[in-house]
Amino acid sequence: MTAEYFQRDRRWHPPAYTPDYKTTVARSPNLPLLSVENSLSEITGPTFSHAGLGPLDHDLIRNFTGEEAIGERTIVHGRVLDQNGRPVKGALLEVWQANAGGRYRHKKDGYLAPVDPNFGGCGRCLTDEDGYYFFRTVKPGAYPFRSFSNSWRMAHIHFSIFGAGMTQRLITQMYFEGDPLRAQDPIANTVPDQAAIDRLVAPLDLEASVPLDSLAYRFDIVLRGRRQTMFENKLEGA
Amino acid sequence: MPLEYPKETPSQTAGPFVHIGMMPRVAGFEVFETELGQVPAAEGVPGTRITIEGRVLDGTGTPIKDALLEIWHADAEGRYAHPEDPRVNEVHEGFTGFGRCHTDLDTGTFTIETIKPGVIPGRHARPQAPHLNIWIVARGINIGLHTRMYFPDEENDDDPLLGMVEHLHRRATLVASATGENAYRFDIHLQGPQETVFLDI
Repeated sequence: MTAEYFQRDRRWHPPAYTPDYKTTVARSPNLPLLSVENSLSEITGPTFSHAGLGPLDHDLIRNFTGEEAIGERTIVHGRVLDQNGRPVKGALLEVWQANAGGRYRHKKDGYLAPVDPNFGGCGRCLTDEDGYYFFRTVKPGAYPFRSFSNSWRMAHIHFSIFGAGMTQRLITQMYFEGDPLRAQDPIANTVPDQAAIDRLVAPLDLEASVPLDSLAYRFDIVLRGRRQTMFENKLEGA
Repeated sequence: MPLEYPKETPSQTAGPFVHIGMMPRVAGFEVFETELGQVPAAEGVPGTRITIEGRVLDGTGTPIKDALLEIWHADAEGRYAHPEDPRVNEVHEGFTGFGRCHTDLDTGTFTIETIKPGVIPGRHARPQAPHLNIWIVARGINIGLHTRMYFPDEENDDDPLLGMVEHLHRRATLVASATGENAYRFDIHLQGPQETVFLDI
């Protein structure tokens, strides 16, 4: 079966060079990307199964020590679809984030806010048959970083997503509805179109909350669509 | 109104603490029983064992120490461990072809140990020279960079992708150098006169 993917819209994604996010200045290629037709090398990619995951991998409140982390107890859930609206089943999602005070558990993070002894800050899960996933965590705090002298990240959760192949590979960040730091965040604003940033902002989902336990936010993810090749160009070997 | 499909979720940088989610041991703690991508080819998988070392350099020539790389490659017979490869059932158990590594927080060097891939079927019956697919993310990289690594001791002249690189001298940026028996060096230059060819796949 032939499968190729929709062209990525690189005017919708952030460009490589975004000088307000200063680190991009020396880390952005100057020359154009080489556009290549998809071969087996691009439409394939790693696959994962539940066998590789542990039972608490999706529960950041408890997966570090087994004791409960401190913070605003939060469910993050949603679906992974492609641009044709089809669910992406068996997609691996990996998430990482700071704790409720904006401190990362990383040897290179020197922020003065303390680590939470019961919070690691990472989790992972696979989407089900309908492309659905969920995590449980604490809402991360805002985080200062050296861009301008007084730059702060909006509260955010990093997401890494493996779709069906390397063509769909994506890393992004999820933000929370109503965050007042949005306008000054140089990283969120590497995305040129406000409508595209809106897509990274998860709305509060009160109907999915657990009363007297956890709030919920809804974050749906769209990966590249697969093309129907009707006339020609069958991939050799595929 | 033009026909619109839903847009893809926009990319964002992986940031400096990418290891927390993808290689937590590097961040300084353990949480998962198994970290993904640590064994692309288990012991006993047929093929030549190879080691690749390299760095990722920024536009000032400085090695960057917070990059994470993912490697995706075929087995010694050019088969991918993926359901869309028609020969997937012939792939040896223990071969995933998926590797994950990071540039060392102190030295900036990354290391990959795996097996050498074979010739891979390409489009229009044109075989592709053996290669690794590489994806690079880091602080300051807004959208992951795709590239390939080819081998200096293979027949690369007819490779369809290398043939598309218009500036002939830039093809060399995709070819590793040999540093010993089955050992290779592959430096990735994000920017500047030696800039690596990056791909829009």
